Formats: sequence, C-alpha cells, structure tokens
Amino acid sequence: MRVSDTKKGKKIKTQGMSKFAIWIALVVLMVFFSVASDGFLTSTNLFNVLRQVAVNGIAAVGMTMVIITGGIDISVGAIMGVASVGCALLMGTGLPPAAAVVLVLLLGLVIGICNGFFVYEIELPPMIATLAVQTILRGATYIMTGGLPVYGLPKSFNIVGQGYLGPIPVPVILMAVCVAVGWFILEKMAFGRYIYGVGSNMEASRLSGIRVRQVMYGVYGMCGAFSALAGVVLLSRVNSGQPKAGEGYEMDIITAVVLGGVSTSGGEGKIVNVLIGLLLIGVLLNGMTIMNISDYYQRVVKGVVLLMAISYDKLSQKRAKKAV
Amino acid sequence: MAEKLLELKNITKKFSGVTALSDVSLEIEQGEILTLVGENGAGKSTLIKVITGAHEPTSGEFWFEGKRIEHNSPVLSKQLGIGVIYQELNLMPQLTVAENIFFGKELKKGLILDKQAMQKSCRELIAELGVEIDPQAKVSSLSIAEQQIVEIAKAVSDDIKFLIMDEPTAPLTNNEIDKMFEIIGKLQKKGVAILYISHRLEEVFQISDRVCILRDGKHIVTLPIQEIDKQGLIRHMVGRELGQDYPERTEEPGGIVLSVKGITNNRVHDCSFDVRAGELVGLAGLVGAGRTELARAIFGADPVKEGTVFLNGQKLKINCPQDAIRYGIGLITEDRKNQGLLLNKSIAFNTVYASMRSVCRMGVINSAKEKKMAREYMDAMDIKAWSQEQTAKTLSGGNQQKVVLAKWLATNSKVLIFDEPTRGIDVGAKAEIYQLMRKLAQEGKAIIMISSEMPELIGMSDRVLVMRGGKIMGELSKEEVTQEGILTLATD
Repeated sequence: MRVSDTKKGKKIKTQGMSKFAIWIALVVLMVFFSVASDGFLTSTNLFNVLRQVAVNGIAAVGMTMVIITGGIDISVGAIMGVASVGCALLMGTGLPPAAAVVLVLLLGLVIGICNGFFVYEIELPPMIATLAVQTILRGATYIMTGGLPVYGLPKSFNIVGQGYLGPIPVPVILMAVCVAVGWFILEKMAFGRYIYGVGSNMEASRLSGIRVRQVMYGVYGMCGAFSALAGVVLLSRVNSGQPKAGEGYEMDIITAVVLGGVSTSGGEGKIVNVLIGLLLIGVLLNGMTIMNISDYYQRVVKGVVLLMAISYDKLSQKRAKKAV
Repeated sequence: MAEKLLELKNITKKFSGVTALSDVSLEIEQGEILTLVGENGAGKSTLIKVITGAHEPTSGEFWFEGKRIEHNSPVLSKQLGIGVIYQELNLMPQLTVAENIFFGKELKKGLILDKQAMQKSCRELIAELGVEIDPQAKVSSLSIAEQQIVEIAKAVSDDIKFLIMDEPTAPLTNNEIDKMFEIIGKLQKKGVAILYISHRLEEVFQISDRVCILRDGKHIVTLPIQEIDKQGLIRHMVGRELGQDYPERTEEPGGIVLSVKGITNNRVHDCSFDVRAGELVGLAGLVGAGRTELARAIFGADPVKEGTVFLNGQKLKINCPQDAIRYGIGLITEDRKNQGLLLNKSIAFNTVYASMRSVCRMGVINSAKEKKMAREYMDAMDIKAWSQEQTAKTLSGGNQQKVVLAKWLATNSKVLIFDEPTRGIDVGAKAEIYQLMRKLAQEGKAIIMISSEMPELIGMSDRVLVMRGGKIMGELSKEEVTQEGILTLATD
C-alpha cells in the first residue's frame, strides 16, 4: 500500500500546483497590466472586465458540463447568435421581454438536445456534430435577419445587459447565479455525479445502472440553454440583435474551461476553477485592449493560450498515466 | 546445461524512497523456462521493467551473454534480443498479420514494399510455431489466442534470445493454453530462454524448469520445479499458510430466487436454469461459449429476443441494466478496468455510484450519509487504502475488485453474477474474495459465478452448469463435478 500512497501524494501535489498555477498566472497578469497601463487598475475597468466575462461565463457553465462528459460543444457561439436575434425578433412582435426570453431559452434547450441526439444516438464525434449545428444556426441567423441588425428593443429589456444592482452589473449577478447553479448540480446532486461518472467511463456507468442517455441529453440541453441565456445578455448589452452575435465566442469559452483545469478527456474538473480561467482570459483581453494591441494580435494570443492550456492538460494526463 | 544468458546481480530499485525491489539476484540459462511468481505488488512488473530497460535500477548489475550492460534502455534491450509479450497486446488491429509482424522492419524491393516476400516469410514463421493463421487477415478479426501467437511470431522474427511472457494465458481457454505451451516448448528447443509470469499455479508446474518466488520486492527462493509443491509455493508467496482453499457451504439452500426461462438472443440460445437462495451456481464453458453473454442478457446489458427472468416468482421486465439493478440483480463484469470501475474516481465515488438514490433526497446528495456508507463498505470489504478518497486506479487488483463488490453490495442485490471474479488477482486476495462470496450466499443471496479457472469453479460451486455454443449443455452437482466432466460437456 505504501507505493500507492506516495503516488497519490504526488498526484495531489501536482493537482495543487496546477490549481495554484492558474491563480498565480491571474495575479501576475493583473500586476503586469496594472504597471504597464494606467487604465487597467480602476474599479470601473475591473467591473468592465467582469461585465465582459459575464456573457462567456454564463455559457461556460454548460460547456464545463459538456467537457466533463468528455465531449465538446462548438455550437455555443451560434446558439448565442440565434438566441440573441430570435429574442430581438420576438420582442419586435410585441411579445413581453420575459416571455421572449423564456421562449429563447427553450429554443436553446431544444438545440442542445439535438446536439445530444447526434452525439449520443448517432455517435458522431461531438466536435463534428456541433460544428455542423453551428453552421446551420449561423445560417439560420442570417436568414432570420436578412443579414441586418435588429433594432428597437424595449427599454425595460436594457436592464439585463446594462443594469446595475447596487454597484454590481446585472450580467455579473446572472453569471454568479449560473455558476452557483452549475456548482450545485456538479458538486451536490446525483445528476452531477453521473456527469463525472459518464465522462470517466461511459460503459461502466451504463452497467452501474446510470441512465447515460438522460445524462447526455441533459448536459447538452443545459449547455444550449445556458448559451441562449448568454445570447440574451449579449443582446441587451449591445442593444441590438446582431446576426454575427457570439461568433467565435466558443473558442474563448473552451479556452477558459480548459484553463480552469477541466480535462478534455472527461471526468475531471471544477467549475470554481473555470471561473478563474474566465477571469484570466477576461483580464488578458481587457489588458491588451487597454494597451491598444489590435484585435488581430489578440486572436493570435488567444490561440496560443488555448494551445498551451490543452497541451498542459494532455501532458499532465500523460504523467498521471505514467505514474500508474 | 548451457551457459548463463541473463544475470541480475543484487538489483535494487527505489521509487522516491519506496523500495520496489530489494537486492534481487537472478540468472537464466539458454533454453530455460523460469517462472516468476508472487502476489500483486511483489515486484514482478518492476523486475520486468528493469530487464527491458524501462526502469534504471537504483543499484545492482545487469549482465547479458556474459557482458555487463551499463545503461539498459528499451531500445538496447530489444537489440540484445530481449522480447516481451504483455497481457495487453500491442498489435495494430487495423493492419494485417504480416503487416504487424514486419512493422518497422518491412521487406522492400528498392523503395517498394515486397508484400509477397513478407507474406511468405510470415507464413513460414507462423507454421514454425505449428499453427495456421492467414498472413493477410486483419488482426482485429483474430481471436485473442491467435493475436498472442502473432505477437510471439513477431518476437521470433526479431531473433530473440530471451522472451518475457506476462500472464499470456489469462484470456485463453484450456485448448488454447495447451497450444500456447506447445509453442513455448518449440521456442525453448530453439534455445530461447523464457521468463514466464503467471497467477495460475497449475501452469507453473506444467511448464517451468525452475520457479522464482518474489515477495514484497525481495527474492524469496529460486528452485527447480520438482523440489516444491503447490502448498509450498503458496506458502512462499504469501509468507503464511493459507487455510482451506474454498469455503464450504454450511446450510441448505432456500427457495428459488432467480429463475431464467428460455433466454435467447443472437449469442445465447434457449437458456433456462434456477438459482436458490444461499446457492452458488458455477457457469462453466470455454471462452466464447456464451457465459458472459448469458449474464449480460439476464442483466439487460444486451438485448434479449425471447425468454423471461423471474425473481422470487415475479416476472421481470428488464430492458437495461438500470431495470435489473432496481429488481436486485447485480453483475460484476469480467473487465474490471473498463466496465466495472471508474478508475479516475475515488473509492467512495465508486462504492456509492450504483446506489446514489439511497444517499440522495430529491436528487441532492447527503454527503455525510455518503461518506458513512463508503466507510462501512470499505471496512466490511477490508479494502486496503489510506482513505476513501484514494482513486481506484492506484489500488491493487484485489482491492479494486473489492471496490466493485462494495458497489454491488451497496445496491442490496439479491442476485449477484460474478464474471471471472478473481482474474488478475493475487492468491491472498483470491481467498478473501472466495470467503466473501460464500458469506454472501450464506446471507441468502443467489450467486452465479462464471470462471475459466477449473479448480476455483469446482471448489466454489454448489452446482455447475456447462455451456457450449450459447446453450446450456448440462448440469453437474457438487458430488459429480470433475474437470473431465465439465470438459466433456464443454467440448464437441
């Protein structure tokens, strides 16, 4: 038994290290930007960062669950787009904002369940299935709008993306609520346990009597719904239904989730760490913007960060395998 | 006999302070079969890895063909003529037999692969081993036994002088094992020295020239096989006397608990049998006879075309494992790592996994209750770990199996189907598993046990059902069951 003890000990240590590493990276980055620019370390800007993070943060809750099952969802950005435009069009017909939002969330849920269908029943690789769905949705978004932005949202709807509750922006509160819900599901509920279990070993889960189908549909469905909510917040923030809304967001979200230590091979990951991953990306992008680094360079940096995060994940898996 | 081929002198290997091998010395002559036995964790794998160069020993010397090898490595050991056949086969399933054998050393005419030459030489290699396998067949279409033969042929094509075989017979049927031993005999005649690792002690007596026993990383003794018997071997392996091998039934079985009537699908045909409370029924047969398939059909893991399962007289509707579990049927699968456990998850996670409902309210987990449950089963099963948070993959085979068992006991199953419950488990843990199974039966559970190890099957079962070609061919009572009797029913 002594042998396994030390192995476990080592593993705890490396896990602790990596959890630490992302905190350290966040602090280092913040210190760097504080020194390098005047505009970064102000309360307005820090809330700005949080506000910018909020949209991705809401969608990241669903993405975290999907990645824990060993899958991935490339369609979240497109779901945001279709939800954003759909919500704007629905409100344009005179529907009360609340009803429009509920309908759009249902739409996201249904799209997610479709993703789940192709991944679980047809057994398509999640990357390919959701890539196809992404393309369909983006096309649909352009068709719905004729390629033009949808203006004229009701005033009361502004609060979702631009309002404040005391000093805290509403989107940030929404994100906090979503992360809390995600945390509760993953940490405290049997369903969350099954998400980890299915990601860890689907066949063993099935043979343990877990309803794998429900877990898969549930996870992709939730991912769709969270993405739709993110789309709604985005709509309110930019105050118009943009057919390009959410384009490319999936990359930022995946980067944040992987940075947060959620393993792309499934079964592992904590949503609280994903929050740190989100902040890291948020600070990085915000800081670069403040330093007038162009969007072109920002893209390169984002890609590099994603590559580094995934490589790190892969390498630690390899090391863990070797240890056994 | 011939000269020393390989010599290990005082090998010690430490991993971050923990000694895995301590002062082990070993020598092997040309054409000799030395078996290596020891419980899990005795240091067998580490020793193999030192020989193949995967591990650098902390101290000690490694000699091969009279030369001291200073810095061994996997590449160097291969060049020296050391081959290994692991339990998990290292073939490429999508490639043909010939392509696998010549992988990395393809025969060429100029720049172009000489497929005909490779197939011809492949056919010769395999014929030399006394078997027939089509060189053009895809490896994925071969049986496990045939795949192993391909591995051996591959090793032979490398002109090996020393072959390490790590439990090669574990997945094989008795016929296939005999074949394997013939092949090993042929290699021996060619002068190849073989280091053979096995948990099956019968085999050790069948094929060894000498046997080497390791325990807790120490070399206990190396003896000519004639100078030791099975009891002696076990005594050396565990360092203590093992009591009676198989616990006996003490009470008469009760009423019929499980009744299977006419179960049929594409792998099993019209299978019917009963199991009583407190009874332990063995399911015998060669690999591929449909035993696992029958278990999976009863359990709802595979679809059933016809037939019904009754539990305490009640007709069951089982469409998926979930249904079977709800009724109180559990299946301990033969493939512990891929089907039984969540290897990356903790003991507690695994223990409670199939019975979350009993620690949940409205879908929310009561962690205190969960921890308590995990603790209880960890104690009851005597799972050796420093905490219930230890991940399953860090446990030994025996302890892993106990975790699987704990999971099924937690579901309160009335019927438990054990599929090869002691595969890959060391002698000490085996005895514990036997005791546990008997105890469960004694508590009134109906138990079905599938096993390819005849002594275990005969020793444990109150009754043996023998399968062949997806059908139940006959039943043997405790009194009439013999190895020959089973084989007569199991073969054509």
